[in-house]
Amino acid sequence: MITVESLTKTYGTLTAVDDVSFSARPGRVTGLLGPHGAGKSTTLRIIVGLTRASSGTATVCGRRYRDLPNPGLEVGVLLDASAQHAGRTGRETLSLARRFMGLPLGRVEQMLDLVSLTPDEASRRVREYSPGMRQRLGIATALIGEPEVLILDEPAYGLDQAGLRWLRGIVRDYADRGGTVLLSAHLPDEIEAMSDDLVVIGNGRILAQRTIADGVPVLTPEKQPGADHQPQGAGA
Amino acid sequence: MTTVNTASAPRRTTGATGATDHGIPLSRITRTELRKMFDTRSGFWLSASIGIVALLATAAVIVLASDDQLTYATFTSAINIPLTVLLPMIAILSVTSEWTQRSGLTTFTLVPHRGRVIAAKALASIGVAAVAIPLAFGVGALGNLIGATAAGIEPVWNLTVLDLVGSVLGNVLSVLFGFMLGVLIRNSAGALVAYFVYQVLLPILASTVAASQTWFRDLQPWVDFDYAQSALFHGALTSQQWAHLAFTGTVWLVIPMIIGLLLVRKAEVS
Repeated sequence: MITVESLTKTYGTLTAVDDVSFSARPGRVTGLLGPHGAGKSTTLRIIVGLTRASSGTATVCGRRYRDLPNPGLEVGVLLDASAQHAGRTGRETLSLARRFMGLPLGRVEQMLDLVSLTPDEASRRVREYSPGMRQRLGIATALIGEPEVLILDEPAYGLDQAGLRWLRGIVRDYADRGGTVLLSAHLPDEIEAMSDDLVVIGNGRILAQRTIADGVPVLTPEKQPGADHQPQGAGA
Repeated sequence: MTTVNTASAPRRTTGATGATDHGIPLSRITRTELRKMFDTRSGFWLSASIGIVALLATAAVIVLASDDQLTYATFTSAINIPLTVLLPMIAILSVTSEWTQRSGLTTFTLVPHRGRVIAAKALASIGVAAVAIPLAFGVGALGNLIGATAAGIEPVWNLTVLDLVGSVLGNVLSVLFGFMLGVLIRNSAGALVAYFVYQVLLPILASTVAASQTWFRDLQPWVDFDYAQSALFHGALTSQQWAHLAFTGTVWLVIPMIIGLLLVRKAEVS
């Protein structure tokens, strides 16, 4: 369960996230949809405590992220698959996450198998990886702790059609087993087929929320008190 | 692509994987950060080069030193030069790579309390120095034995334990200085350049100025941390020299370190 309440983040005069509230529930896939610079990444970074909110709160499993004793075991996070040390091998990258979390040795090979990185590929340095391979390595890092909650920023980026199908399978299976999934995308195609609940975000504000109840989509346009005021820009 | 299997299942019960929920002990973070110093190609060669250069320096002394120079002090001072240059670079890169390589995005989500990660990096840096320095001095001792045997003279052990402790302390201060540049600058290239300016250019500049300006020569021990620190490599310090070290250390190391530690807590990993 992820609960975001009245989250606002300003950088000087720029409002990157403007009074955003939504929740991602267990057993469901929640998609955060919006163009580049809409505030999706900033919202996700605030949820995992990398960026401090100007106001508002975000909780994961009922607690602030930074209060989780060993976050990797409760929340799997992939924010940017290109943000991995280029000089490390894929296997070493995963093995560091395993060490931080205190997991048994065998998990690394299990995860490499899950994301279809061959032993040979796993022994190569990340700088030689294609965007799709980095994405799969990042997803493996997110999943290695068997968390209850998954937070994936643009997980479809760099994946080919087969990769997308695979991602959809992982995400669906995860939610069906009772996990909470929150993911973001800037293209509706990437996300609509995967998500049970959709949060549409633009210029830092929530524009609409849609939920699929019994297979029927229900669209709720957001009531915006200051809708005639144009929000001031947006951040990454 | 493989089909979805149970490895991706959300964890339903705590402890199923043998892990506990009691938080991540600092010892585990430190061990992991220690591993990160050596598991990249640059990290591996950087540490390997310390050993290689220590061996080369020892060999050079055996070959080049005249019989009366063939003492333990000659070996340790030859080895100290590569140590003071290379050890701090390990500390610098340990901190800066989280920003320059952006791996901090993962590190700081797995361990959200950044202070603990930074403390672990500091402990690991000092740990590396604590192992590397005695090892290097061991190489020097071996070199002294071999050199004396080859020259047909009695080996000269002209260093006291206090001298060795001074060298260790001097090297640890260098490592902490590198660490400080890391947290203050948080960019690998920037911090390494700053380090070389400090380590190579400033001492030349300082000795040049000191050679011509009397007022600076008198002032130097009170403003030049490198100068005050280098006394540690040359025998026991007088209380005056300790005062120089404490004063310059506060200005050059402690204050910038505090600023760096305050910045690093909030610095965004872009």
